Amino acid sequence: MLDQSYYAKADEIILRYGRKAGSLIPIMQDIQEEYRYLPGELLSYVADQIGVTEAKAYSVATFYENFSFDAKGKYVIKVCDGTACHVRKSVPVLEALHKKLGLSKTKRTTDDMMFTVETVSCLGACGLAPTMMVNDEVHPRMTPEKAEALIDTLKGGGQV
Amino acid sequence: MIHLKIDGIPVEVEKGTTILQAAKKIGVKIPTLCYLENVLPDGSCRLCVVEVTNSGRTKFDTACTLRCSEGDEVQTMSEKVVEYRRKTLDLLLSDHRIHCFSCEANGDCKLQDYCFEYGVTETSCPGEMKPGEIDDTNKFFTYDPSLCILCHRCVNTCKEIVGRGAIDTMDRGFQSVIGAHYKNKWAEGICESCGNCVQACPTGALSMKRRKNYRPWQIEKKVLTTCPHCATGCQYYLIVKDGKIVDTEAYDGPSNKGLLCVKGRSGSFDFVHSPERIKYPLIKNKETGEFERATWDEALDLVASKFMEIKKQYGSNALAGFACSRSPNEDIYMVQKMVRCCFGTNNTDNCARVCHSASVSGLAMTLGSGAMTNPIEDITKNAEVIMLVGSNPEEAHPVVGMQIRQAIKRGCKLIVVDPRDIGLAKKADIHLKLKPGTNVAFANGIMNVIIEEGLQDEKFIAERTEGYEKLKEIVKEYTPERVAEICHIDADDLRKAAIMYAKADRAPIIYCLGVTEHSTGTEGVMSMSNMAMMVGKLGREGCGVNPLRGQNNVQGACDMGAQPNVYPGYQKVTDPAVREKFEKAWGVKLDPEIGTHATDIFPKAISGEVKGLYIYGEDPVVTDPDTSHIIKALKNLDFFVLQELFMTETAQYADVILPGVSYAEKEGTFTNTERRVQRVRKAVTLEGEMRLDTDIIIDLMNRMGYPQPHLTSAQIMDEIASLTPSFAGISHERLDSKEVGGRGLQWPCIAKDHPGTKIMHVGKFTRGLGWFYPAEYVPSAELPDEEYPIILMTGRILYHYTTRAMTGKTPELMEIEGKSFIEMNIVDAEKLGIADGDKVKVSSRRGSIESTARVGTKTSPGETWMPFHFPDGNANWLTNAALDKYARIPEYKVCAIKIEKA
Repeated sequence: MLDQSYYAKADEIILRYGRKAGSLIPIMQDIQEEYRYLPGELLSYVADQIGVTEAKAYSVATFYENFSFDAKGKYVIKVCDGTACHVRKSVPVLEALHKKLGLSKTKRTTDDMMFTVETVSCLGACGLAPTMMVNDEVHPRMTPEKAEALIDTLKGGGQV
Repeated sequence: MIHLKIDGIPVEVEKGTTILQAAKKIGVKIPTLCYLENVLPDGSCRLCVVEVTNSGRTKFDTACTLRCSEGDEVQTMSEKVVEYRRKTLDLLLSDHRIHCFSCEANGDCKLQDYCFEYGVTETSCPGEMKPGEIDDTNKFFTYDPSLCILCHRCVNTCKEIVGRGAIDTMDRGFQSVIGAHYKNKWAEGICESCGNCVQACPTGALSMKRRKNYRPWQIEKKVLTTCPHCATGCQYYLIVKDGKIVDTEAYDGPSNKGLLCVKGRSGSFDFVHSPERIKYPLIKNKETGEFERATWDEALDLVASKFMEIKKQYGSNALAGFACSRSPNEDIYMVQKMVRCCFGTNNTDNCARVCHSASVSGLAMTLGSGAMTNPIEDITKNAEVIMLVGSNPEEAHPVVGMQIRQAIKRGCKLIVVDPRDIGLAKKADIHLKLKPGTNVAFANGIMNVIIEEGLQDEKFIAERTEGYEKLKEIVKEYTPERVAEICHIDADDLRKAAIMYAKADRAPIIYCLGVTEHSTGTEGVMSMSNMAMMVGKLGREGCGVNPLRGQNNVQGACDMGAQPNVYPGYQKVTDPAVREKFEKAWGVKLDPEIGTHATDIFPKAISGEVKGLYIYGEDPVVTDPDTSHIIKALKNLDFFVLQELFMTETAQYADVILPGVSYAEKEGTFTNTERRVQRVRKAVTLEGEMRLDTDIIIDLMNRMGYPQPHLTSAQIMDEIASLTPSFAGISHERLDSKEVGGRGLQWPCIAKDHPGTKIMHVGKFTRGLGWFYPAEYVPSAELPDEEYPIILMTGRILYHYTTRAMTGKTPELMEIEGKSFIEMNIVDAEKLGIADGDKVKVSSRRGSIESTARVGTKTSPGETWMPFHFPDGNANWLTNAALDKYARIPEYKVCAIKIEKA
């Protein structure tokens, strides 16, 4: 069971966009923004409130890579693996992060809920490849070493 | 009209027709995988591609989406088209796990069939296949993504036809699968397990678990019959292998349109082969109290002699016999004939007494005929506004519920009048969540607004009705404000509902037990016809007053004269001419007095006026109000005979039990809620020494000294037709004929060449003039007070049928819902310190039971609701046997209770 505060938050967000099917995506975005993921139970609640079926809501949510039903870490690291980044060696950056944090393709979030590492297809900053994002911050011209150092900084509570 | 040529054959079609539809018209077959009739085409499988050669197009078009244009020249089997289809099948196979040997769909798979037809034996592009585990969480079927071709027939069936929308496509691209829930578990979602998606699946991706028990080519026979649960009258095949029913398959019947609910598809035959069936006669040993096996002669002789002894000693009225509303018309006819001819009394009844007797008497008084005025198809397809009162069809008449959901999708407006937040309330334009027992006030309020707004149909009122002035005087007092106070609803909502209903050209009233099961049930029913007459919404398409009857053949049980006041076809026992006709046909003197209603038989058994009772397939200990009172009555009888499938709660109190026969083992007819007489056909043979119910009854009649020749079910129907004008044109032969074409016949069907009657009261009411009954609101018999402060309503749930005698034999249904519960409002729960899922003790003045609390807002504060299916806490220990003055129906829907934490 989710805490009651989640439902109160959802109500507030629903109010923002209106109780209609067309509000589904903006509501999901705001919820994800708030909690860094979409709690499934909360999406069921939202679906019910705005009059779309549960299945439809999940169908939309699973269609977009951006939405996640799994709780994410405090720092969501998106390593770009688009063509430009890939040829400029994004994979070693990803591997270094995986190794450093004990993560893999399937295990994306650390147990202490600090870090989530995932790949994206393009960040639209190919001139700075290989790039990655930590939450909303873009980090250009990454190397495995830079990535590891960045993790240490973040672990130490340092600013990105 | 548009003219085109398909494979050189000229065809003329209406504008808007697709190529696929046009091809079908001239018998040209185009293969399809995703196409679903009557639903907007998906156009995703690409198998129906054709070449339209005249338009200069170089690409292929999908025949299911392309509309015909003047002068089109269509090639459906050109070399290029065939090659395209072959490639499509090849690609589908590349992502389809091939294991036809062990696949349940082997032999019943469209992908397999088309691959065979187009010579595709394997894919030419092997490689990665989509991931995904088998979802086995649904009790009745499985979803295997590795077999799924993403045709979306299941999704479209659920969304557009069933109207549930429980499933959809999850993920995207290559990863796409069909799912119901974010946990990727079918059972977690809102799926109702109706299985219509499974029947729509062209491959083995969605497969009934029962399919593991047989191969399509092992099917010995498919027997078309009528579902034995609710009165929708769904048609389906019973699938028989090695003399046993192994599955069902929906048939496109007139009332079900190819749909079934979970009970019909999955809960309608396990009980037939249950080892718990009673298979031979049983006589209770008076000393030990145990039942002992008896021969037929012993049992029948005992029954006949005992009943005749009682008749001799105490007179005919000391005997009574009830017929079963779930058995065929022919059986019911014989039961009432036995009671009338052998017992010599009109003390016969059926369990409509406790569900819709108020409809039968109420509508007979105001309109002249107690039945649904319009067919299901008409009121769900042609309506602009549906007024749904005291009815939860999504659970109690699921296939009607599906069709109402379709109507809403098409834009039909819905007014729900119900004390609970039933599923359809959410889809309603207006939900009047009224206080239980205030229907008459609500209806008077609606009529007050109609008159106030000048929306009444003066012409209809003047030409076709009487009693309007008196009713007008009464409803004047029922202002929206006053009604709002009585009903606990919003006055403006009431106004809006009245205006919406009155202004619509076509608007049916559909109602159910929320209207009838009150001590003022008959007046509630008459209030429904008052509303409809006031706005002239009777005798027309998409209108009418439509009681959704409860059981599969409860309409038939009333039609067949299993009632104390009428012979078959509602011919009054008090009418000397009618009586003379039956005396002549049956060759005996008949009782000229109206008999005792079933609900009055039990008090008479307690007082000793009734000594002997024969019950054919009813379980009043479970179904009737105030259980202790019923048990006391049964115990007090001198002699009690029960003919039954199972050792029910009631059976414990019998002196003799005769083994009954299920619907799958005999021929006959059921009459559904829309007066449609449909065939019941024998699928499996009787075991051991079991005998047909009609043969047992006929034997008893002979032993009681009435010379009744043995007749087949078809012959009995002929006898019914000969004595019942409204059934005169009905016979098994005609029902089985090409002319009827599996659509049954709706009575009145007055001659062999009469097509039956779709809509009643067209031009003239059966009664002549429709009568406005002046009904005043009278509160329920037992109102909450300090000691018992909460109102209890009772009802049914989707997964079970009444006593569970049948559905309880399907283990999966019991796993989904197997225990008693009570719905209560969160406000009351907090006051009483009760949390969701807590065990609670529920008590009324008549008894006390334990149940589990379901806390929420489905019911209003001060109100609760319970199903009566479950023996662990059956609501009927609590309910009140307060009876309606006309129909003698008990007040199941309102009694006062208190709740404590157990």
